[in-house]
Amino acid sequence: MARGDGRTAFAYLTPALLVLGGLMAYPIYQLVLISLFDYGQEQVSGGAPLEFLGLGNYTALLADPQFWTVLWQTVGFAATCVVGTLVVGAALAVLATRVRPWARMLLFLAALGAWATPAVAGSTIWLFLFDANFGLVNEVLGSTGFSWTFDRWIAFGLVAAQVIWCSFPFVMVTLYAGIKAIPQEVIEAAALDGASTARTARSVMLPLLRPLILVVTIQSIIWDFKVFTQIYVMTSGGGIAGRNLVLNVYAYQQAFAASEYGLGATIGVVMTALLLLITIGYLRALRKSGEEL
Amino acid sequence: MKRPSRLIAELVTVVIAAVIAFPLYWMVLTALKPADEVISADPRPWTLAPTLDNFTRALTVQSFGRYFVNSLVVALVVVVLSLLMSFLAATALTRFRFRGRTTMLIMLLVVQMVPVEALTVPLFFMMRSLGDTVPAFGLNHLGSLVLVHLAFSMPFAIWMLRGFVAAVPVELEEAATLDGASRFRFLWQVLFPLVAPGLVATSVLAFIHAWNDFLFAKTFIISAAENQTLPLALQVFIKPDQNDWGAIMAGSTLMTIPVLVFFVLVQRRLVSGLAGAVKG
Repeated sequence: MARGDGRTAFAYLTPALLVLGGLMAYPIYQLVLISLFDYGQEQVSGGAPLEFLGLGNYTALLADPQFWTVLWQTVGFAATCVVGTLVVGAALAVLATRVRPWARMLLFLAALGAWATPAVAGSTIWLFLFDANFGLVNEVLGSTGFSWTFDRWIAFGLVAAQVIWCSFPFVMVTLYAGIKAIPQEVIEAAALDGASTARTARSVMLPLLRPLILVVTIQSIIWDFKVFTQIYVMTSGGGIAGRNLVLNVYAYQQAFAASEYGLGATIGVVMTALLLLITIGYLRALRKSGEEL
Repeated sequence: MKRPSRLIAELVTVVIAAVIAFPLYWMVLTALKPADEVISADPRPWTLAPTLDNFTRALTVQSFGRYFVNSLVVALVVVVLSLLMSFLAATALTRFRFRGRTTMLIMLLVVQMVPVEALTVPLFFMMRSLGDTVPAFGLNHLGSLVLVHLAFSMPFAIWMLRGFVAAVPVELEEAATLDGASRFRFLWQVLFPLVAPGLVATSVLAFIHAWNDFLFAKTFIISAAENQTLPLALQVFIKPDQNDWGAIMAGSTLMTIPVLVFFVLVQRRLVSGLAGAVKG
């Protein structure tokens, strides 16, 4: 390489580095910093002195029963969404391999539509379908006036259904491509050896699809763990008295509704740490299954 | 497979496809229904008197046209800037060997794992102080949204473009140099067009992220109603018990169509690009 290459490379990198450093790296540092202070409305607008709390926000958070409720709700909600997304996505991927192209085309077009719908628009449509007075679902069920967003668990179920609706296409398309990529000879060989369809699926196709299944599972966990828009829009900011909160919405409400910015940042740090743990588990699982990064 | 079982599978597929597509159908249908049919106690899955009244109301009374333009401006500026910067960075990271290159690649991977939603608090205060010196990038201005989405879309864009840049043979650069092309010319007139397929996939993703964003729009655009983006405007629009569902569905339709068109246009490229990115 000629001399001056380093300088050219640096020049090419500078714009990206400036943006990423200023708007990703620095905020991460700031996030941790803010979480160590008592940072409320008086400090932000009243000019009250900043008080260093150390880990004070963290101990306060861990001692708050609401935090634990929200954490378990988040885990339960994310788990429901992940399982639902994977089951629906995998089932439809298999179904897509068993029909003629015209039917597959219909299915993929419908899925593409659900996939492409912006989260706010999708949540709004579902709200309308399940509206207590004018919603189609209540008309069909003859339960006019029934509120689908009042009861805590029914509301969570409705939001989870919406999340599954817009996230299964990713799983379906990925797994369909994976199944199609399995060489036909492998399946024929299994059939020649006398394996039944079920046996072929379990002992031949499943192991081959394992790395792909792992990727979509972790991807879904990461997405569903930090759902914000659907919960916020469909339960009007976390439900009555915050009973439909998940971590992401909780952090937002603490920071921007209650003006407890320090606490909001603390929840952000906890959420990031949890997601990093999941990611590390993901990378280790990938390595174990022999996948190159 | 035997014929009857395939027919049953196809029948099931058609029903499922209809169920999946139904919410979107209902959205467009409601947007086209006259007002009395929208709130009718006996909603029909068709309309005999389609009208654009709901769209007119959404665009004029709720000034959705304005928000549509705001969303479009943010998303397009993000796409253009992110493409240019990511292309340059990807070229540097593939075509040059320099100290710290591996570290930078690892950092790029790590940064993609950060849940950007957690950064609302620090970014809010950064935009607040930035607004004191450069108002256009401060709170309540579209510039603040451009900045954050630019940063969020770049790690993935660089990562993806890297593969496309690497696929262009080095000999081509040598040939261009022999022909007397400057480095700058090679970059924009040879390399840039060659990585175009990668640029399409990355720009669609960047566009969709910026277009769909609700959280940051909600955090940054606090009091300037004229600078709201579509998702924010749509959410503000929904009020308990007093909903103009016809206009809301018209607004949702306006918001969904650009993304839908994009998706259908690039679906093949998007899926192969994504698969490539997952496999690295």
